Amino acid sequence: MDMKFGMLFIAVVFVVFVRWAVSLNPYSGMGKPPMYGDYEAQRHWMEITTNLPLKQWYFNSTDNDLLYWGLDYPPLTAYHMWLCGKVASWINPDWTALFTSRGHESYGHKLFMRYSVLIGDLLIFIPAVLLFCFRQKQLSHTQKVLLSCVLLLFPGLIIIDYGHFQYNSISLGLTLLAIMALSQGYDVLGSAAFVLALSYKQMSLYHAMPFFCYLLGKCWQQRWKKGFFSLCCIGLTVLATFALVWLPFLTEKDVFLQVVHRIFPVARGVFEDKVSNFWCSLSVVVKFRNFMSQETLLSLCLVTTLLGLLPSSLDLLFRPSTIKFRLALINSSLVFFLFSFQVHEKSILLPALPVCLLLPWRPFTSTWFLTIATFSMLPLLIKDGLIIATLVTSILFLIAVELGLQGISSDPTIGCPICMWSSKNLKWLPYGFFSVAVKSGFYTSLMGAVFLGVLSVTIPPPSSLPDLWPVLVSVYCCVHFLGFTVYYHQVQLMAPGPKQPTAQKGKKMQ
Amino acid sequence: VRGKMAAPVFFFVVATVTVVKLLLIPSYRSTDFEVHRNWLAITHSRPLSQWYYEDTSEWTLDYPPLFAWFEFLLSHVARFFDPAMLRVENLNYASFATVLFQRLSVIVSDLVLVYAVYECCQCVRMAGKKRPSELLSQPSFVLAVLLLWNFGLLIVDHIHFQYNGFLTGIKLLSIARILQRRHLEGAFWFSLLLNFKHIYLYISPAYFTYLLRAHCFTRANKDGSVQWGSFSLLNLLNLGVVVVGVFAGSFGPFVTMGQLGQVLSRLFPVKRGLVHAYWAPNFWALYNVADKAATSVALRTKLLTPDDIQQATMTGGLVQEYTHNALPSITPLVTVILTLAAMLPALVHLWRRPCTPRDFLRCLVLCAFASFLFGYHVHEKAIILIIIPLSLLAVEGRQDGQVFLLLSTCGHLSLFPLLFTQAETPSKVCLMLMFTVFAFMSLEALYGSSKKRPYSLCLLSPVETVYMVGLVLLQLYCSVGHHALGLTNRLPFLPLMLTSVYCALGVMWSWLRFYHLTLTERHQLKQS
Repeated sequence: MDMKFGMLFIAVVFVVFVRWAVSLNPYSGMGKPPMYGDYEAQRHWMEITTNLPLKQWYFNSTDNDLLYWGLDYPPLTAYHMWLCGKVASWINPDWTALFTSRGHESYGHKLFMRYSVLIGDLLIFIPAVLLFCFRQKQLSHTQKVLLSCVLLLFPGLIIIDYGHFQYNSISLGLTLLAIMALSQGYDVLGSAAFVLALSYKQMSLYHAMPFFCYLLGKCWQQRWKKGFFSLCCIGLTVLATFALVWLPFLTEKDVFLQVVHRIFPVARGVFEDKVSNFWCSLSVVVKFRNFMSQETLLSLCLVTTLLGLLPSSLDLLFRPSTIKFRLALINSSLVFFLFSFQVHEKSILLPALPVCLLLPWRPFTSTWFLTIATFSMLPLLIKDGLIIATLVTSILFLIAVELGLQGISSDPTIGCPICMWSSKNLKWLPYGFFSVAVKSGFYTSLMGAVFLGVLSVTIPPPSSLPDLWPVLVSVYCCVHFLGFTVYYHQVQLMAPGPKQPTAQKGKKMQ
Repeated sequence: VRGKMAAPVFFFVVATVTVVKLLLIPSYRSTDFEVHRNWLAITHSRPLSQWYYEDTSEWTLDYPPLFAWFEFLLSHVARFFDPAMLRVENLNYASFATVLFQRLSVIVSDLVLVYAVYECCQCVRMAGKKRPSELLSQPSFVLAVLLLWNFGLLIVDHIHFQYNGFLTGIKLLSIARILQRRHLEGAFWFSLLLNFKHIYLYISPAYFTYLLRAHCFTRANKDGSVQWGSFSLLNLLNLGVVVVGVFAGSFGPFVTMGQLGQVLSRLFPVKRGLVHAYWAPNFWALYNVADKAATSVALRTKLLTPDDIQQATMTGGLVQEYTHNALPSITPLVTVILTLAAMLPALVHLWRRPCTPRDFLRCLVLCAFASFLFGYHVHEKAIILIIIPLSLLAVEGRQDGQVFLLLSTCGHLSLFPLLFTQAETPSKVCLMLMFTVFAFMSLEALYGSSKKRPYSLCLLSPVETVYMVGLVLLQLYCSVGHHALGLTNRLPFLPLMLTSVYCALGVMWSWLRFYHLTLTERHQLKQS
């Protein structure tokens, strides 16, 4: 048996096993009528899309009660649900029967739903990650396999997709394919893939700004005619892909506007439940919902988000490079997560994807971020009964990082301006002082997370403050995320631009 | 040269497999889960004198006393999880805390296995002279993975639910002590093991012969045969004290209460059939099929009339009798005689050899083989008793490695029907694939593929390769094809029967191959 193939095979089978073992756990809203949870939402969409004509999918009607998990994702999700629904009704018509199947729960149906997630993952996300890892030319084969193991074991995504129940791996996988295509120079292909990701889940908009700036900046750098031509190519591809996916909904203006209205629900609150973003944490101190109207809030969110996007976008626009692009993806999605309107706790997966890609270069801080990102979803995971699975997969992830990123520098201080400045000017500071300081910071933060986690699981909150633990968790994580935003901005601004000799030759960057 | 392995590597192997076990917590559990919950309740809430009389549940206590004490110990921790599980009347009680506690108790008790595996890895002899840099060609690393990630142990303990892990640990510890020539400790751990679970009686002839030969006789002649004059009464006495001491500690209380008969009747129930609910892949599976074939031939040729046929259903979940129609029925006595006859050459061979610990290990494997193949009412799970000690030999010799690859693959595959729930199918397939691919890959890395045969798997002969491909096809047929052909209702037992019979062929072949290797080993040594 070929050794190289054998190792890769075992690694993939292992991550599939972990995914399947997590899927044996309960899903969101299991046995909780009348609304259930995301699992029922996806099943309901299968019911709607297979039973109603396409034009009615997004409209409220006697057959389609939008208040009961109405379809609010873009068309590609709807098509995917239609396909799954067809298979489901072929296996068992009861699973998708109109009205009567509401709240359907059974052993076989759970299996079907779990398999549908696994198949999507196997077709899109896992190949995309393998493609990414095997493109890292500086790594040996073993290191490539271990790196793909680490990336595929990121607990947040596994728990949300296979425990809570969603299809994030499809949109994230498409985004990853787009990133890969762009860094290989296939700009047209990449933009098409990203449009697909965007048409699967509107949350991919968090990543849109860097894509736009990178492609525009790259065309800008080229000679006038060539740049204009490639810009036209990309623009046409984007429009054509959009048109193709949205075609059935473009025939009538009303239909299209209704879909857009469903996808961007401005009428809903500024955040859902307890999210570790800026507004939610601020609302602990300032009850701004009491003195601000919904519209004021919306414009406030818009302005802060746009302001937050400016530094990373401008930097990328004028100095586009692959590494800056990836960092801008982190920065843009983090800014969106922290400051934008209508944020879910699960949206942290969007910044988590580009952070995963940074693991080979910044193993330490990326691991820190990914661990806190998983932890930030704790209140949701406790509600779903996924606490053991979360804990175990997080431990597995840390083991994998420890084992898999050996031989790749794990110095936590690389590229940190304070450390570089101090090593030049403060020679009396012992060597490795900052390394120790940052590492102890990591362990303190991890201990804090474990402490908060134990509190939330074991001790019931005081009756006057029923949301005490979730609020504490979200504030704790928000502080981290603000810190990471500053850190990643700094890393991006210092990263090398396109083909220009810079001061940081020593670093391994693509 | 001893092949020691870096401690961090061992730690990672242990850590990852522990995570896998923790991930399996929400899996399906068989009735054995309730069996052990009931034993927790019995030992916790009934006095010692009632332990072997209590029969509120149908799952009465039928393991030796030390296991009962083990449950007693666990029950005092269980109190803090959920005291309701400790009430005997709470039949089929399975709250979340109960499940968590029982699963964790298996995982924690597996630490014995971890320690024993570590000890065994210290005893591994290197095939080559110098220490290889590649991890996969370090025998101790390969052995650690083969033992700790053993597919059978993982699914039987952590999905199906049993406590084989720490029992296997004790067994490996006694083997490790014997490999280190610390005979008394080896004897101590093995007697302890017998008092935890009496299934290990199957391999006791090997221990008995070896300890008598190597411990009680201190010298051997030049040709390796025993020197009768070197008998040491002192050694026999200290061995006896150790063994009798352990048994007295375990059975003593029940003997003084006059309950020995009751305990033994629980340990050795006689009212069981020749084969278990579904057939273990052993000689009797082949015998039963031969009987079926002979019956149908006899019906065609009018040698038997339909009135003579006693129908037996083979699909039920519980144990049932299976009566033979054309071939003579098998009584327990016949199986005992056949088992002993199958062991005898191995034991005699062990006695006449210089009797090194490696010879003992081979004899141990052969005893496990004999009782698995010819024993009365053998469980399919007993295949683990063969595969585990064979792993030790597999990393030390190329030909043993070949037998191991064949036996572990078909033996583990025969465990598939144990987990019949659909949600567990991906779990078992993934675990099996990981273990098997690793075994093939690592043993090839250890021994290299000296002569490359086209169209055959490494280390295996073409015929064996065809057999392996057959295993995959069989599994595909059982999981998909049988249902697709619409035979599920007409021939419900066919997939199980095919699996048993096909795997039985593989196990028989491995047995013959291994027996041949053991008996001819001396010649090879002389020649080389």
